[in-house]
Amino acid sequence: MLTVAIDWIASHPSEFLRALGQHLLMSGISLGLGLAIALPLAVLILNRTSLAFGVINTVNALRTLPSLAILAVMMPLLGIGLMPSIVALTVLAVPPILLNAYVGLRDVDPDALEAAIGMGMSRRQVLWKVRIPLAAPSMFAGARTAAVQVLAGATLAPFIGGGGLGDFVVTGIGIMDMSRLLVGAVPIAILALGTEFTLGQLQRVLFSERTAS
Amino acid sequence: MKWAPKHIPEILLAVWQHLVLSVTSVLIGLVVALMIGVLCARRPKLYAFALTISNVIFVIPSLALFALLIPFLGLGTKPALVGLSSYCLLILLRNIVTGLQGVPADVLDAADGMGYSRWQRLIRIELPLALPMIVSGARIALVTVIGIATVAAFIDGGGLGTIILIGIDQEYPEKILVGGVLTALLAIIFDFAMTQAEKLVTRWR
Amino acid sequence: MIRIENVSKTFDNAKAASVDDLSLTIGEGSTVALIGPSGCGKTTTMRMINRLIDPTSGKIFVNDQDVTQADPVQLRRHIGYVIQSVGLFPHLTIGENIAAVPRLLGWSKSKLDSRVDEMLDLVGLDPAEMLKRYPRQLSGGQRQRIGVARALAADPPVLLMDEPFGAIDPIARERLQNEFKAILRRVRKTVVFVTHDLDEAIRLGDRVAIMRSGKIVQHDSPEQILSHPADEFVASFVGVDRAIKRLSLFTVRDVMTSDASEASNADLVHPDVTLKDALAIMIGRGTEALIVGEDDRATGRLTREALLSV
Repeated sequence: MLTVAIDWIASHPSEFLRALGQHLLMSGISLGLGLAIALPLAVLILNRTSLAFGVINTVNALRTLPSLAILAVMMPLLGIGLMPSIVALTVLAVPPILLNAYVGLRDVDPDALEAAIGMGMSRRQVLWKVRIPLAAPSMFAGARTAAVQVLAGATLAPFIGGGGLGDFVVTGIGIMDMSRLLVGAVPIAILALGTEFTLGQLQRVLFSERTAS
Repeated sequence: MKWAPKHIPEILLAVWQHLVLSVTSVLIGLVVALMIGVLCARRPKLYAFALTISNVIFVIPSLALFALLIPFLGLGTKPALVGLSSYCLLILLRNIVTGLQGVPADVLDAADGMGYSRWQRLIRIELPLALPMIVSGARIALVTVIGIATVAAFIDGGGLGTIILIGIDQEYPEKILVGGVLTALLAIIFDFAMTQAEKLVTRWR
Repeated sequence: MIRIENVSKTFDNAKAASVDDLSLTIGEGSTVALIGPSGCGKTTTMRMINRLIDPTSGKIFVNDQDVTQADPVQLRRHIGYVIQSVGLFPHLTIGENIAAVPRLLGWSKSKLDSRVDEMLDLVGLDPAEMLKRYPRQLSGGQRQRIGVARALAADPPVLLMDEPFGAIDPIARERLQNEFKAILRRVRKTVVFVTHDLDEAIRLGDRVAIMRSGKIVQHDSPEQILSHPADEFVASFVGVDRAIKRLSLFTVRDVMTSDASEASNADLVHPDVTLKDALAIMIGRGTEALIVGEDDRATGRLTREALLSV
């Protein structure tokens, strides 16, 4: 079966690469948008408790909705295709990034904060020079979780015409062709594992010096 | 809300299927994770290995995982159950091992010295003391699986995802919402119920 | 009762033996303290008696039964075991903790219940109050008592204790030790306990074994060890003040003269006061003699001369 699948990819390169490209495109854009929305939002609600309460609870409620539903809901609102898929995936990416960033920023070592304020840093400086650097590992962990979520969601994009590698899985099940199924499933799995591994290594490289001390 | 009130039996069936699928998967996952966890608790290398494998499974998107199982298990509840149980493994294994490793060393020494056999020590002392962590892990696993189980509908696994998929096919937003919101509600209800269970189990703390 | 014959233990990857050709006989009903500097092998020796550690060579007999041939699990159910941090099972009530070994042995429920009450009484705790509590609700001293109750519940002939009062604050420690001594007088057990506290060893032990580098350097009554240390090491271990420590082994009653002629009621010294404390009282008052008595009635006299010549 696997060999048949590989043969198919070899004989249909443009189709495969287009699907792969769509998959990577919507994942990447959604993750980027998610970061662009969630990180500033986390900073914004940092010292506004009532706003924070509302935002955190909304995000938590969002987290309980299954990804399939979030994708599907886009249909009546934005139609089908790549754009609604990106919007849906962005909605999936925001909660883990926001929650991790918020907790990371909020729970920064109070001694470090006190020292910084004592040294005469302004609120802004404390934010950029102390809070954000110390919360960076948390933020990164949130981004990592979001990446996994987004890739998983991208798999389901075909349901609303978003394309991507999930298309082959859906087609494969539709025509009961196991090898077509694998054309989608195996690259998806490799992509997911590769991303997780790379981000894991990146995390270690970026943040390991902290544990060394 | 035009469609829902007229199709309550259909909806309830989907809810029931969804529940059965989710709960069964977590139970299977628990049994497997317990066996592996007991083996790994005092063997760091084995634990690292088991953890890596569970992590690998967890990262693979659900549709892809189900798809990989279809050539071997066909369509329907079988690949859904196997896939969902495998997803639970990471969460359950981590909590079970952390729970077992958290049993104080002097309690273990006292149990050995008093004459508990390895098996008795495990059943009467270690697992009861690890229970709070295990229940916590089961809670997280159940809530996670309830969400992922919606995808199982696509491989004929049944459940609330069926309603969502039909809603997509027919371009019928109400169905999509009913499916989505009910799944979220299930997740919230079970999260609450399991939190209460956790409190019961930690009476002695 | 307990015979340790030429036992040695070398742990894997260790350069020297932890226990080196050690032999020791412990008579039935006696209490032996194993004491010595850190790493001398005292805890290892004790843990070989109930097979928590297996000897590399040599034999150990409990009641003429070779423990190395016995099933360790069964063996341990008939040996009481108390450790410093007690190790009470947090998820079980006090009653369930105490009943643990009897339950393993298959005692009937009624027998279990009455035994638990009996043990709580023995260690001076109120069953009604304690039975349903959980370990986290207890103080250190109470936990220690429950540990002893738990170890004695199945009525084992032998009791092993590893620094049993080490985690108790010094003020409560002496009181607990004296209570323990009283308990031992009521239940006849062979006790082996490990300690690093010399005062505890001489207070509780019928005999004391001083260990060093895996060997026993002297095994004698506390009195003998304090008055005739075997070598320089023991002498420095028991301390320069051993003569004074020795005085704590005797009471005023042992040396006083019965002389009820002294009518004074003031500042009577009780006959059960140790000679060490009596000497301290004498020095504090600056006198050469004390009037002994109880309940406001004088019964005798203690002179400094008599005290110092014990």
